[in-house]
Amino acid sequence: MDNPALEVLGVSHAFGRVVALRDVELVVPRGRFVALLGINGAGKTTLFSLVTRLYDNTSGVIRVAGHDLRRAPGKALARLGVVFQTRALDSDLTVAQNLSYHAALHGIDRATARARMAEVLAQVDLADKAGMKVAALSGGQQRRAEIARALLNRPDLLLLDEATTGLDVRSRREVLALVRGLTMGGVSVLWATHILDEIAPEDLVYVLHQGAVLAHGEARDLAGAEGLTRAFLTLTEAEA
Amino acid sequence: MTGWRAWAIVFRGIVWREALRFVNQRGRFVAALVRPLVWLFIFAAGFRAVLGLSITPPYQTYVLYEVYVTPGLCAMIQLFNGMQSSLSMVYDRETGAMRTLLVSPAPRWFLLLSKLMAGVFVSILQVYAFLLIAWAWDVRPPAPGYLAILPALVLSGLMLGALGLFVSSAIRQLENFAGVMNFLIFPMFFASSALYPLWRMKESSELLYWICALNPFTHAVELIRFALYLRFDPTSFLVTAGGFAGFFAAAVYMYDPAKGLWVRRKGQAG
Repeated sequence: MDNPALEVLGVSHAFGRVVALRDVELVVPRGRFVALLGINGAGKTTLFSLVTRLYDNTSGVIRVAGHDLRRAPGKALARLGVVFQTRALDSDLTVAQNLSYHAALHGIDRATARARMAEVLAQVDLADKAGMKVAALSGGQQRRAEIARALLNRPDLLLLDEATTGLDVRSRREVLALVRGLTMGGVSVLWATHILDEIAPEDLVYVLHQGAVLAHGEARDLAGAEGLTRAFLTLTEAEA
Repeated sequence: MTGWRAWAIVFRGIVWREALRFVNQRGRFVAALVRPLVWLFIFAAGFRAVLGLSITPPYQTYVLYEVYVTPGLCAMIQLFNGMQSSLSMVYDRETGAMRTLLVSPAPRWFLLLSKLMAGVFVSILQVYAFLLIAWAWDVRPPAPGYLAILPALVLSGLMLGALGLFVSSAIRQLENFAGVMNFLIFPMFFASSALYPLWRMKESSELLYWICALNPFTHAVELIRFALYLRFDPTSFLVTAGGFAGFFAAAVYMYDPAKGLWVRRKGQAG
């Protein structure tokens, strides 16, 4: 249990001749909120696709809770909860039906799934919406339903790829506060974003730009005296 | 996730989701029946007088054209159902729902097989509904044939569904689906024994006859036709089973993260 929630070691990836990631090294310690910060096209989604095994990592090593993603993909994926950038709920089904489906995909039996659904829906404040069709929920509620779904298999690591995209300010704050709260319960979080004000001073931050990690450390250390925005611009403009 | 019990839960979950979607889209069920019924009621009535049918196995006497065409229409339902599944796979991929399936811990081949079998289950329900209406239209094969046809429908459904899976891996956008209709489904259906016996094809063109004879859809049709009349056609069985194995292996290859589709995909923004 002492393994980090996620280790990405020396991972590169290319689409044909286009290099999307270059020798990326990233570690998400247990119980930490880690922000993966980068502008659009930085390689965040490619990295997420590799960690979720949508793409195969042909170089380097990816370990989830100590399980090598290539050698033991089933064990590694069982420890993951994922919220994708684009919403991936079935809008024709109810919230409960979507969650039941996800629980089944993780081999969770019905009785356990029912108990966990009640638990995670209460956690995301959607207990009263279980019977509603997803199409009838607001954007923020759909995001929270996706987070509930990602928590059903009790993951060690929660991956969220620009989870606040398309949400209003209030919903954004709610989702962010909800996810931060999860780290108190021991869940580790990798939060991909390009929005600087979603990052708190104590967060561990990886700055990804043009497929490479330019800097990492606690946000307050990276920000220094000039502030995170200025520091981020300085880093990325120097590389441009 | 280990053990047969966990696999059974995954399988049940995927079938259950397809069943729910099916219930939510009842119009799809009706629409899937309309196509073969139009063929049976209108096309068959019109062509009965034009197309003479000699006695060919498994029939032991002369049969009306609507009797001849019924097994072909059963296979047609499964062909279109397979392509409908393919369409929904492409849609799921575009909306992101596919990723939920593919990032789950079960092996990808098992996920694809479960999805395939869920589609076959739906197609068999449609075929039986069609056969019931055909019975009312005086197309009445022997009663045990309704049971004997079931394994044939499972195998033909698996082959046509696997073809749909493979096709879905090759289509990048929903808009490309019209091309699949024109270049795959229609030629496959018309160049087969579904609507006319192959000896008739041979009379008009030897080349066309061979195209039809080599078409795996022809063998799915014949497998169903023979089973419905309580006969077993080993050639059709072997070709259909081989077609299933080949198409499914190709689909698994295309959906493998290290190969096929995912390697060829371009990266997404972010």
